Amino acid sequence: MPRFDLALMLHGQYHDWLVTGLFVSLKLAAVVFVFALPLAIAIALLRLAPLRVLRALGMVYVEGIRNVPLLAHLLFWYFGAPELLPDAVKERLYAGNFEFIAGAIALTLYTAAYMAEDIRSGIRAIPVVQFEAGRALGFGFLATMRRIVLPQALRITVPPLISQTLNLWKDTSIATVIGVAEMMYQAARVESASFRSAEAFAFATAAYLTVSLAITGLAAWYHRRFPVRTI
Amino acid sequence: MIDLIHTYWLYFLVGQYPNGPLGGLALTVLLAALALVLALPIGLLLGLARVSPFRAVRWPVTALVHVVRGIPLLMVIFWAYFFLPGVTGHQTGQFSTMLMALVVFDGVYLAEIVRAGIQGVPRGQFEAARALGLGYPRAMQRVILPQALRSMLPSLVNQFISTIKETSLGYIIGLTEASFIAAQINTQVFTRATQVYLLLGLTYFVLCFGLSRIAHLLERRLARRAPVRAARPSAAVPLANESNA
Repeated sequence: MPRFDLALMLHGQYHDWLVTGLFVSLKLAAVVFVFALPLAIAIALLRLAPLRVLRALGMVYVEGIRNVPLLAHLLFWYFGAPELLPDAVKERLYAGNFEFIAGAIALTLYTAAYMAEDIRSGIRAIPVVQFEAGRALGFGFLATMRRIVLPQALRITVPPLISQTLNLWKDTSIATVIGVAEMMYQAARVESASFRSAEAFAFATAAYLTVSLAITGLAAWYHRRFPVRTI
Repeated sequence: MIDLIHTYWLYFLVGQYPNGPLGGLALTVLLAALALVLALPIGLLLGLARVSPFRAVRWPVTALVHVVRGIPLLMVIFWAYFFLPGVTGHQTGQFSTMLMALVVFDGVYLAEIVRAGIQGVPRGQFEAARALGLGYPRAMQRVILPQALRSMLPSLVNQFISTIKETSLGYIIGLTEASFIAAQINTQVFTRATQVYLLLGLTYFVLCFGLSRIAHLLERRLARRAPVRAARPSAAVPLANESNA
């Protein structure tokens, strides 16, 4: 077995591949985060809605998504969903960068289900009298949520949301199954081109760890800066 | 959709078995169960090390836990694929590779469940045990762990659900578990990807949702028992109950 030589991965062509992969991973995580957060808030509100039908709808979404592995979601959105479209549209999709879009859709729906649960339990941690007081003062449902409940719930919700973001970061690796050219995909590509598995995997591991530790550090900072106030 | 199920249900459930290796949903469940059972002792040891009074034990394990939790499972699988042949001396199959990766990954996650369980037992229990003259290992074994492990039960079922979902990554290394078989069925029927993958999702859903209901039931039962313990603060009473049970 050849000697471990990380220098091979620190410059040259393989380095460029790996760095491109890292940036695709980061981009995927960022895009998903931007779309998943508002969706999660909407679903959390749905699960707390005064109407039973809406609550049931929210629950079906969360349970339906969370009990199916992300890989099955990815396969469905990449191979399954386009089948429903007309052939011309389908061909256009697969000719373009569809794997990234399908990956982003699957990851967004998946992450939003988890984030919605964190937001919901954050909102539920706020005593119901806060909500009732808001309504008694003449605020509507949405205004009470926005001005009274959510600002308090945020301090409780942000730490679990950050750890959900860490999960999202790690989950982007699974998008490799549908051919999104992210970190894992490029590591495997470098491996098959150079047979330098250890070096390529070491680079990918270091990249994942660095971002993960940064996210964990952010969580620790937030926890110190904005401690949960006991109500 | 009905004819799809009719033609392929057996293939989806067990793969090519008995004419070939076991596969499909049976392999998924077998792999998840085996991984969790093998990961339990590792998780217990690592969890105990995480709360160990010795820094020399606590710190390396803490570092390991942080590293493994900071990388995706897929990364662990790739490392297992790379390292295992070197360790065992011959080419390892997809099943053992996946199993080893899952055991390492789950072991670390279980360690955190064990740690939380141990730290959830009131401190007075440990102090009382020590005051009664039990050494650290005995106090752990006789007083803390029996209480901690019971409160961990719902988390264990949840971990089993996660493990079932994680086995789907076997698809990437060509392990013939449920997702892989579904992809193969998809290539055979070719034009009905939507239905094939919907059925795959539905199968996972029934399995995992059913298990999550069990976890929920366990949680409720434990919650019902908890006040009884709280009402009698004496450590001797619940211990006596436990040996009777």
